[in-house]
Amino acid sequence: MSGQAPDAAGRSLAEEARNRVRFEEEALEHADQVYQVARHLAGSKEEAEELMQETYARAFRSWRSYAPGTNMRAWLLRILTNLNIDRGRRKQRQPATSSLEEGDYSLYDRLEEAAGPGSGENEERLLSRLSQSDIVGSLAELPHDFRDVLVLVDLGEFSYQETAQILSIPIGTVMSRLHRARQLLRQSLASSLGGQG
Amino acid sequence: MSEVPCNKCGELLQLYLDGELSEVETREAEAHLDECGYCRRYYRFERAFRAHLRKVLTDEPMSAELRVKLVELRADVRPSDRL
Repeated sequence: MSGQAPDAAGRSLAEEARNRVRFEEEALEHADQVYQVARHLAGSKEEAEELMQETYARAFRSWRSYAPGTNMRAWLLRILTNLNIDRGRRKQRQPATSSLEEGDYSLYDRLEEAAGPGSGENEERLLSRLSQSDIVGSLAELPHDFRDVLVLVDLGEFSYQETAQILSIPIGTVMSRLHRARQLLRQSLASSLGGQG
Repeated sequence: MSEVPCNKCGELLQLYLDGELSEVETREAEAHLDECGYCRRYYRFERAFRAHLRKVLTDEPMSAELRVKLVELRADVRPSDRL
């Protein structure tokens, strides 16, 4: 006994096909935003593009495990971060052993010093002294665990809770890694200003 | 910065900028920003710094080639759609 009349089975198949198409279209709508995060989770543009293809291939295969109405961008990035870890590109660099308390204000101070005393430049003007390559380079140099959290929160604009779920780590770990990542990034950028003035 | 440093507020302001404080904590942070010139300047700088990071780091759009490859991964793409 099949338990389902042929026309009901047909309707069910058609409904499933429609759900699948809806899922695929929604997933593709998120692709630009997912890529912006992937670009800085991965080490290079080429790796980011490979990761995107692996992520979408897996997402399209396992579309049934996505709960409609939940955060699809977070769901896609969870797949992507897991694949990134699986790819074995997780050799950790040891963070520089500078003081934990440095960094919060040093970047601002260094930018003001570079502008000259009493320059009165606003924040945007000061920040324009940081080159794009220094910013990209400083971010890429962060240890992976720190960089993942910073990229998800500051570029992906995920909450701490969402970031914890994407990375499968406790929320307290998100907070401590984020704090450290921000300090290291600011310290690195402040150092990059060394020759300016 | 010339004002007296306020070291205890650094992490609190990050939480505030991240939108991770409760309503009560948010009001407390805003009240502190009203009265502490040092933190107010730091807050303005941090807010600008985050916007600058996003602008610089997200200005490279996904390539058209990658988009085509992602579309081709769909289960329902017919051969004629792949061109």
